[in-house]
Amino acid sequence: MSPAISLTAIGLVVVATIGIGLFGLRISRTTSDFYVASRAVSPRWNASAISGEYLSAASFLGVAGLVLVNGADMLWFSVGYTVGYLMLLVLVAAPLRRSGAYTLPDFAETRFESPVVRRICAGLVVGIGTLYLLPQLHGAGLAVQTVTGAPPQVGAMIVAVIVVINVAAGGMRSITFVQAFQYWLKLTALATPIFVILLVWHQPVGVLDSLHGAAAEWAEPLSRAGGRDHPLYATYSLLLALCFGTMGLPHVLVRFYTNPDGRAARRTTVVVLALLGLFYLFPPMYAVLGRTFAPDLVGTGGDTVVLELPGRVFPGTAGDLLGALVAAGAFAAFLSTSSGLTVAIAGVIDQDLLRSRLHRWTGGDYVAVNSFRIAALIAMIVPYLAFTVTGALSLADTVGLAFALAASTFCPLLVLGIWWRRMSTTGAAAGLVVGGIAASAAALVNVSGAPQGGWPRALVGQPAAWTMPLAFLTVIVVSKLTPDRIPAGTARSMVRLHTPEAVDVDRGPAPLTNRSTSAARPARHA
Amino acid sequence: MPTGTREIDEQTRLGQVYMQSLIQSQLRLTLAVIGSVVLVLGSIPMLFWLVPPTRTLSVLGLPLPWVILGILVYPVVYVAARIYVRNAERIETEFTEFVGRQ
Repeated sequence: MSPAISLTAIGLVVVATIGIGLFGLRISRTTSDFYVASRAVSPRWNASAISGEYLSAASFLGVAGLVLVNGADMLWFSVGYTVGYLMLLVLVAAPLRRSGAYTLPDFAETRFESPVVRRICAGLVVGIGTLYLLPQLHGAGLAVQTVTGAPPQVGAMIVAVIVVINVAAGGMRSITFVQAFQYWLKLTALATPIFVILLVWHQPVGVLDSLHGAAAEWAEPLSRAGGRDHPLYATYSLLLALCFGTMGLPHVLVRFYTNPDGRAARRTTVVVLALLGLFYLFPPMYAVLGRTFAPDLVGTGGDTVVLELPGRVFPGTAGDLLGALVAAGAFAAFLSTSSGLTVAIAGVIDQDLLRSRLHRWTGGDYVAVNSFRIAALIAMIVPYLAFTVTGALSLADTVGLAFALAASTFCPLLVLGIWWRRMSTTGAAAGLVVGGIAASAAALVNVSGAPQGGWPRALVGQPAAWTMPLAFLTVIVVSKLTPDRIPAGTARSMVRLHTPEAVDVDRGPAPLTNRSTSAARPARHA
Repeated sequence: MPTGTREIDEQTRLGQVYMQSLIQSQLRLTLAVIGSVVLVLGSIPMLFWLVPPTRTLSVLGLPLPWVILGILVYPVVYVAARIYVRNAERIETEFTEFVGRQ
């Protein structure tokens, strides 16, 4: 692989990202612009942006690597990532947009009228976001290492610096443009090498040979090719985590507030499903080709198969050029997901931790936007330090744990909060705490040394199948026990969440955002 | 102001019935979609588990699991989403006309 061409391609992605980011800077002026792009992004732009943000290192590199190493059962990853958006569509998309909240803690506080629930949510946003940023940095390190041989910290540092500059400079508006561009870049980068290989390959070795014959056990589902016990349980539990975790990812939720209304939120999601389906056709093909052309990668964890395959099939300039394209696409994946996560985490740090303190320290003499910029820096420093400490975990594994945590905390909060009028504030808090502790404990045990085998290992490795029902059950039982703690404004909240915008009704007060800074947002408060 | 929206604003018993019927129609639709997904997607691992030959069965030169999980799932999910959105918007249009008219 030729480092010069690949580095040029990565450089172009970085320049384009910063360029579009600066273009966005000129149109974002108020705090409201920063958070939600003034809620006026059209469904097509928004759908490209949502897909661009969602397709992370785990999708671009991780899925192909997992399928290559562990076989057909891993195809469920891309299926689950996609069906997660269908679940988001039918359960939360329109009501969440109609809630009018900027962030998850905003939603929680308005619906449950409780600063305590808000603070638990803020902590979970930072926790899930950090857990999800780790594999992005890991992927960036891996990509730069594969291309140049530099240590992993270099690639991670490049992504961290660019993301902080971009988020601090332009906020959400510029990110919408950046991410819409990056979806199409990622799709092109992943699809082109496959098409070239399929078109020009005329050798006796067929490109689909790895799927058939005596050595094709890896291509069978439930074959234990991945060395897992209880593959059926693992499959169902993984599917549950991915399907119901997507709606609880902080960067996914923030993105939905940029739709103009509930109807647009639904229509945007349908376009997203088409774009995701198109993208996920390609990663399994890398695994199939990888089994033939790069079988040695099976023993290395496989995360680099997408980057290395073009060079293995076409030694020489053609392979270098295709390899450079793929490296550029991978960098787009790290940058876009990390940007979205950083905006979401920074928004929470800004509103819930930083702004009131800055206000007190400076006696009110500061600009709200500066607080957001400091928050963006903090949001990236923490995962970067964690990355340098934890080192290498498999890409999709870390992501899987983030999904399990989201499915066990925010999923019950959102689903029951939107559809069940008898949910109490105590029930909401209890569900978040119980689901959060159970899923985090499983993640910790998993990282620090999983049990050797059998059921304990299966239950800890894929915890969602028990942690998610446990969280739902906790919310329901505690709510039944504390009927006097059902929020007084529940009926009005339900009107707000479910009534179409065309109906002229009293929706109650807008969510309390930026409580101490109404002066900084004249557009809404003047 | 139409009486329907006033009933909702003043949270009369009738207004609550209006809201409850809207939420229940949407919830029924949502549960129907989730039920179909659980039935269709959920039966695939079970099929592979109970009928082992399906794990290697060849369809158009590809093993069946790869055809289903690698290709077919995506258009099916997209169509399900389209059907859902059409019905959800129909429910909302009817509700808007109903409470606005009276």
